[in-house]
Amino acid sequence: MKGWQTLLYKEVLRFWRVAFQTIAGPVLTAMLYLLIFGHALESHVKVYGQVSYTAFLVPGLAMMSLLQNAFANSSSSLIMSKVMGNLVFLMLTPLSYMNWFVAYVGAAVIRGLVVGLGVFAVSALFTDISFIAPLWILTFGVLGAALMGTLGLIAGLWAEKFDQLAAFQNFVVMPMTFLSGVFYSIHSLPPVWQTVSHLNPFFYMIDGFRYGFFGVSDVSPWLSLAVVGGALAAISAVAVALLRSGYKIRS
Amino acid sequence: MNSVIPAISFQSVSKAYPSPRGPKGSTFLALDQVSFDIEQGEFFGLLGPNGAGKTTLISILAGLIRASGGRISVLGHDVARDYAQARRSVGVVPQELVFDPFFNVREALRFQSGYFGIGRNDDWIDELLENLGLTDKAGVNMRALSGGMKRRVLVAQALVHKPPVIVLDEPTAGVDVELRQTLWQFIAKLNKQGHTVLLTTHYLEEAEALCSRIAMLKTGRVVALNHTSELLKAASSNVLRFKVDSELPAELAAQARITGRIVQFPAHDAHAIERFLAAVRQAGLTAQDVEIRKADLEDVFLEVMTQNKDSVHGVGLA
Repeated sequence: MKGWQTLLYKEVLRFWRVAFQTIAGPVLTAMLYLLIFGHALESHVKVYGQVSYTAFLVPGLAMMSLLQNAFANSSSSLIMSKVMGNLVFLMLTPLSYMNWFVAYVGAAVIRGLVVGLGVFAVSALFTDISFIAPLWILTFGVLGAALMGTLGLIAGLWAEKFDQLAAFQNFVVMPMTFLSGVFYSIHSLPPVWQTVSHLNPFFYMIDGFRYGFFGVSDVSPWLSLAVVGGALAAISAVAVALLRSGYKIRS
Repeated sequence: MNSVIPAISFQSVSKAYPSPRGPKGSTFLALDQVSFDIEQGEFFGLLGPNGAGKTTLISILAGLIRASGGRISVLGHDVARDYAQARRSVGVVPQELVFDPFFNVREALRFQSGYFGIGRNDDWIDELLENLGLTDKAGVNMRALSGGMKRRVLVAQALVHKPPVIVLDEPTAGVDVELRQTLWQFIAKLNKQGHTVLLTTHYLEEAEALCSRIAMLKTGRVVALNHTSELLKAASSNVLRFKVDSELPAELAAQARITGRIVQFPAHDAHAIERFLAAVRQAGLTAQDVEIRKADLEDVFLEVMTQNKDSVHGVGLA
């Protein structure tokens, strides 16, 4: 096993050891959203003309949970290691900044996908789920988790205290995911808010992901792929540059 | 074992930090042009008071912080440019008692080994556990260990990739006698096998017993560098030691090393001894349990620090 593989394995084992908190908890939260919103709105709302609201909600909730947990994995691991001081064990090793990047983001992707699968598995008990284009689902699931894992890596490097990280999560990640079309199609919004939604990269992650289920989406999946891919490349370049410079790690 | 390539080479190493009290943009030098080599196979002591720059120097060596000037190499590998090879060559026991609360002792050691690309290292891990008295703790979570046990694991983590150079930053701070003896026996064994050891400690009797050569730092500069035996020879050869029940007059106290009731004076000859005892008598005090002993490393250390008592950290403008 190479150095980066060991770090990846350690990061996966870290969240798996507390799976009740890192996997079961987010799946339960998503189910509560599904039960409450689905029950309240099922008979009132149809999306894309023929899709039931509960069926529409499942991919959005799965993607939201996937994104939030991918972010939480890399950010919480880094801030904990920094605060507890055990990051020194990594810093003393010959692992390169690219090794750090691949391992932290890789573990975030795995946790995001596991939580997303968990949401689907439990949702299947309540509603029928169709998979029209599974490759699009996988592509947007992996790219979205990688993007959020990378963002979590940057937030974990930047934050010096847990409350700074919580602020990042509450004031950046949470609003952007909630306002990205998890609970609605942006075509139901007034034109101004449709335009604003198009500036939110989270919208493209969820819209492209949802295309894989229904074969319809608010924008072309190719446009979503370009935006999500471009955002991932840009944010990865920032994360790699920060790791390379030893930002807030090696003074 | 001597070789052309030093185990560790410090070349004009400087580290400037923003000055907390000076004018804006000013810096203070935590390390100021530190230069010396440690040969392969040496057991080397790096001593100095708190704030002298020992941990800063070790942190640059370990790649935890970056030097402002100069360079450090480990077995010829520059710690900044050729960091991967340099880090493979060195094992560092950090001063802080840190641990990962998610894992047990064996897992922590396997991960540390894996970061260096070494898989299937259980034979060596078992040997480390045995030599450090950790065998029965292998499956115990790090959180459940006492401070002394956590310190042992830190030592094991530093040695898990069998580094030829071992750096111990105050490894026995706040630990019991049993661990100290276990640790020093093991480190001495590794040193005999050819590993180079760099030790910082405030326990000067340990440094005197273990280190063949010593450097002393004060305010970021090297103020003494020699073989331990030479440092001891150069110091005052004897020390007058006695107990008193009351405080010494200020002028006498200034020349003495005082620990509670115990008073010690550096004494080169019989005249000096007579002079000190007479001065104590004149002050109306009675010297009890009088003895004369050979100077030890602590006396040397205090003498060197006293000689450099006016030394202050360098300052500069960023």
